[in-house]
Amino acid sequence: MLQIINLRTPVLEPASFSVAAGECVVLRGASGAGKTLLLRAIADLDPSEGRVMLDGVERAAVPGPEWRRRIGYLPAEPGWWADRIGDHFPDWAEALPLVQRLGLVPEAGDWQVARASTGERLRLALARALVRGPKVLLLDEPTGALDKGSTAAVEAVIGEAVRGGLAVLWVTHDEGQAERMASRHLIIEGGRLVKA
Amino acid sequence: MSGTQSYITLNYIDLVAASLLILLNAGLSLRLDLGVHRSFFVAAARMVVQLSIVGLVLKALFALVSPFWTGLAAAVMVGFAGYEVAQRQERKLSGWWSLGLGTGAMLMASGLVTVLALLTALRPEPWYDPRYAIPLLGMILGNCMTGIALGLNALTTGLVSRRAGVEARIMLGADRWQALSPITRQALRSALMPIINSMSATGIVSLPGMMTGQILGGVAPEEAVKYQILIMFLIAGGTGLGAIAAVLGGVYRLTDTRHRLRLDRLR
Repeated sequence: MLQIINLRTPVLEPASFSVAAGECVVLRGASGAGKTLLLRAIADLDPSEGRVMLDGVERAAVPGPEWRRRIGYLPAEPGWWADRIGDHFPDWAEALPLVQRLGLVPEAGDWQVARASTGERLRLALARALVRGPKVLLLDEPTGALDKGSTAAVEAVIGEAVRGGLAVLWVTHDEGQAERMASRHLIIEGGRLVKA
Repeated sequence: MSGTQSYITLNYIDLVAASLLILLNAGLSLRLDLGVHRSFFVAAARMVVQLSIVGLVLKALFALVSPFWTGLAAAVMVGFAGYEVAQRQERKLSGWWSLGLGTGAMLMASGLVTVLALLTALRPEPWYDPRYAIPLLGMILGNCMTGIALGLNALTTGLVSRRAGVEARIMLGADRWQALSPITRQALRSALMPIINSMSATGIVSLPGMMTGQILGGVAPEEAVKYQILIMFLIAGGTGLGAIAAVLGGVYRLTDTRHRLRLDRLR
């Protein structure tokens, strides 16, 4: 599904790999190794060279916004542009079942962003990305700030989406999580991708 | 204007008397240890020298009525204003964009508005008569400069401080104009606020300098008011056009055709 050939930036050395539909590939590496930069390059948030294809279609042939609607990206510290949580969703009511499965209350839609904790914001940002129906999801430590219960909820939701055909590239430092979720592992060291 | 000599001419003794006010303030600064006497003196001296030179330049320009020299003077004014805009930015665009964007927007907006006024409302003969063209351009340019400087500054600082929110929208598939729209709007509001305030307050809180000047020069108040209304329209129009061009140009430069945010293009 997602195919990457010689993707490179001034920091990243050429990387080639692919993620199939229904596959969860876990990406690991020390802090500063270039994990986030790799995800950003795939989502076309920073300029990069090389080829990235989704279902055989070259990224260059797809306008940037359309590409990013197909390739969802959840950063480690998601941003918010409106005051109210609900305004970040196309339709809060439609997102409710997912939001509740992630352990959040329906009233969260009316909250000010500042009222949500770091962990709540991470889960809300995951919901915000999932409801838009991407084909690929790039996750940058989505459970870094979560307790055990919330982590399990996130893993369950993503696991189900993967079984439904979503392709996931997941950055995590948590070895247990990597074991639970990964169908395959990738390791990045000093900007260079090393297959595990 | 008409050859009426109803205004009171000043001689140099009159100016010396007024300059005592500067000395008085400098004395107060020394006495109260405010530490501003030096900059006060320097600024006053600069003002006298700059205005004296401008007086001589305008005298020569008005005598020549040459399209070349009038155009050159206008170009120098736009160039200085562009430099001022660049100097007032906390976060500058990289390369030539820093100077070029503000200068280009100002050249377009103030040039358009000045020429429009000369060809429609004022109609001097010839149309580029520096006696009308240069003061008009000066007034429009002064306000345009403030608007563009404020607008660009609000755009760049807003993008840096709200980067995460802007990128979140980009990540979810918004195009660059949608993703930056709250900051674009904020930047245009900052740019237009001074001219909106000054239009609202004029005549009540403040009497505009040009109108006051005409009245002191012997022009009937109702005629001076008509002139002032014309000038206000020109200033507001020019500032609006210039600010829109500069801010949208800034949005264009700080994003790319893949709709990515490109803050690496800030210095």
